[in-house]
Amino acid sequence: MNGSAAPNLDRDRLCRLFSVMVAIRRFEELALEAAREGLVKGAIHPSIGQEAVAAGVCCALRREDYLLSTHRGHGHTLAKGADPFAMAAELMGRRPGTSKGKGGSMHIADFTVGMLGANGVVAANIGIAAGAAHAVRLLGEARVVCCIFGDGAVNRGPFLEGLNWAAVFKLPVLFVCEDNGFAATTRTRALTAGPGPLARARALGIEGVSVDGNDVRAVADAAEALLAEIRVGGGPRFLYAETYRLMGHTQTDAGAYRPVAEVESRWRLCPIARARELLTRAGLSTEEIAALEAEARAPIEQAFTAARAAPWPEPELAWMDVQDLGAEWPVTAAEIRL
Amino acid sequence: MTRMSYREAARLALAEEMRRDPRVWALGEDLGRGGVFGQYQGLQEEFGPERVVDTPISEAAIMAVAVGAAMAGTRPVVEMRFSDFALCAIDELVNQAAKARYMFGGQCRVPLVVREPIGMWRSSAAQHSQSLEAWYVHIPGLVVLAPATPADNRALLKAAIRCDDPVVYLEHKNLWPLEGEVPEAEEVAEIGRARRLRFGNDLTLVSWSATVHAAAEAAETLADEGIDVDLLDLRSLWPWDKEAVLESAARTGRLIVAHEAVRVSGFGAEIAATVAEELGIPVARLGAPRIPVPYSPPLEAELQVTAEAIAAAARRLLARNVGGRV
Ligand SMILES: Cc1ncc(C[n+]2csc(CCOP(=O)(O)OP(=O)(O)O)c2C)c(N)n1
Repeated sequence: MNGSAAPNLDRDRLCRLFSVMVAIRRFEELALEAAREGLVKGAIHPSIGQEAVAAGVCCALRREDYLLSTHRGHGHTLAKGADPFAMAAELMGRRPGTSKGKGGSMHIADFTVGMLGANGVVAANIGIAAGAAHAVRLLGEARVVCCIFGDGAVNRGPFLEGLNWAAVFKLPVLFVCEDNGFAATTRTRALTAGPGPLARARALGIEGVSVDGNDVRAVADAAEALLAEIRVGGGPRFLYAETYRLMGHTQTDAGAYRPVAEVESRWRLCPIARARELLTRAGLSTEEIAALEAEARAPIEQAFTAARAAPWPEPELAWMDVQDLGAEWPVTAAEIRL
Repeated sequence: MTRMSYREAARLALAEEMRRDPRVWALGEDLGRGGVFGQYQGLQEEFGPERVVDTPISEAAIMAVAVGAAMAGTRPVVEMRFSDFALCAIDELVNQAAKARYMFGGQCRVPLVVREPIGMWRSSAAQHSQSLEAWYVHIPGLVVLAPATPADNRALLKAAIRCDDPVVYLEHKNLWPLEGEVPEAEEVAEIGRARRLRFGNDLTLVSWSATVHAAAEAAETLADEGIDVDLLDLRSLWPWDKEAVLESAARTGRLIVAHEAVRVSGFGAEIAATVAEELGIPVARLGAPRIPVPYSPPLEAELQVTAEAIAAAARRLLARNVGGRV
């Protein structure tokens, strides 16, 4: 290997991961802003502070790989390659949204990039991910399925059932537990018995690693290594990433149940700030880093500007996509017999 | 025509569909042994353990796996063993399977079949005897089928497997050994069409699943009394054959719906209400009282909608309406 190739590769990867994180941060900021203005009607769950998990894991996936996410899924979806305009439009309930405005933030999905959906039910995607992987096996495909869930999900039954299933059938699934410290307004650890999610996975025979979820390079390294093992038929793997939710649970939660000092200290460990330091150490100038950031933000800003002007869905769309047989259609006044 | 049992007809339908389409597979507990009722007998031998999958006792995972596998391009047939256990997987069915196509704006389909053996059978008591079809019919996104005969169990199961939306497929446990004529040729039923068992102009009787047989017996008795019953086996509960029911009810001027499930908020209420709204004729519903299914035979008998009960209800309805049809 050429002496300088490895550092360059690493630097390029770091630049890419950094750009993805900046894009996610900007997306969340603009989603919050749109929510404040009343343009996003439903709940959004911002992932500010958790960008390294989304970028590190999802950039390690291939386009054909499947991804399943959670209610806090904007970052994962963007990092998997979804179009930010269609995502922003979906949040605002507009016609060009990823799901024509029928799903909103909590059910964001983009099947064109293998993103099979966020889910409004905590832990529900764990079993669905095992099923997607079971299909991959049956169809003889080369895809891997990645399922990201929060720390709160490990206390629901589907965690046990889904992990057991994936292990028993040796399915190609990367389970990622993104531990942001909180399940809604509760510190998850206080209500979670035993030594933690990774130990639970290991008890089922699923190997895995624990990483600093605010170190994007560490997350990417770990995800790449685990995915490589899965791709050669090793069966499911588990990645446990510890991070911190810098904002409230939703746009309306101030997160006042945690000391201000704690949150402030966590801002200093923000994954984007840490990646900036890594880039500086890798030889990038302040100007170069600023240029990278501006470049990453621009398409997100354009996406939100365009989404604000996007059309609403036609009301008839409410009646579509229910089912082929037995779908009901609008009843006109003339048809109502009194 | 060949004679075969309701069980054998279902087994044949699944085997035929699995031979036809390599994306079809079955998953559930103890399928390798043939399933609890023998309805999977020999299938693992023919198709291998990869396509007839023995699963852990993880109903939520069985259903969730089917949802994911359906979204990812296969056509799973889920066995829930007893419909009562499907309640352990209700999030997966109601919040996931039934919602994915819609909430993702049509980006995906969830072509799965959930087989749920229903009904009272061999003193199985409160947790192994329920008929909860009304729950499923209430959920947008689901198709709900309930075959009453061997021929329908073949033709409807095939239609269910070919359907691109999630189908709840309710087989009655008491019907497994029932023998009947099944066409030689591979028939795929048209979902949403009722089957007329008997033509008559005095009263419309609508039923489904095992109660169809009690209804047929009642119609026989009534015929001896000079009452001609128009008997419809709905077969498909969603979509249901509104056209056939309304045509019949408009002609006879009276409707009775009889089912095994609890009468209160049962699916009979929907049919009776629709007919009353559309035609304004007298309607009656028969179903179980709102009590859990008890164990002991004389107690269980209190719940059953028998041929005698149906015939009695028919006589009452006819008496109530002296003076002719509306
Ligand atoms: C089954 C279920 N129970 C409760 C909720 C309400 N709820 C939404 S998010 C959430 C907290 C989830 O915590 P975690 O899994 O750690 O994810 P995070 O919000 O931290 O990303 C709760 C309780 C839900 N959506 N689903």
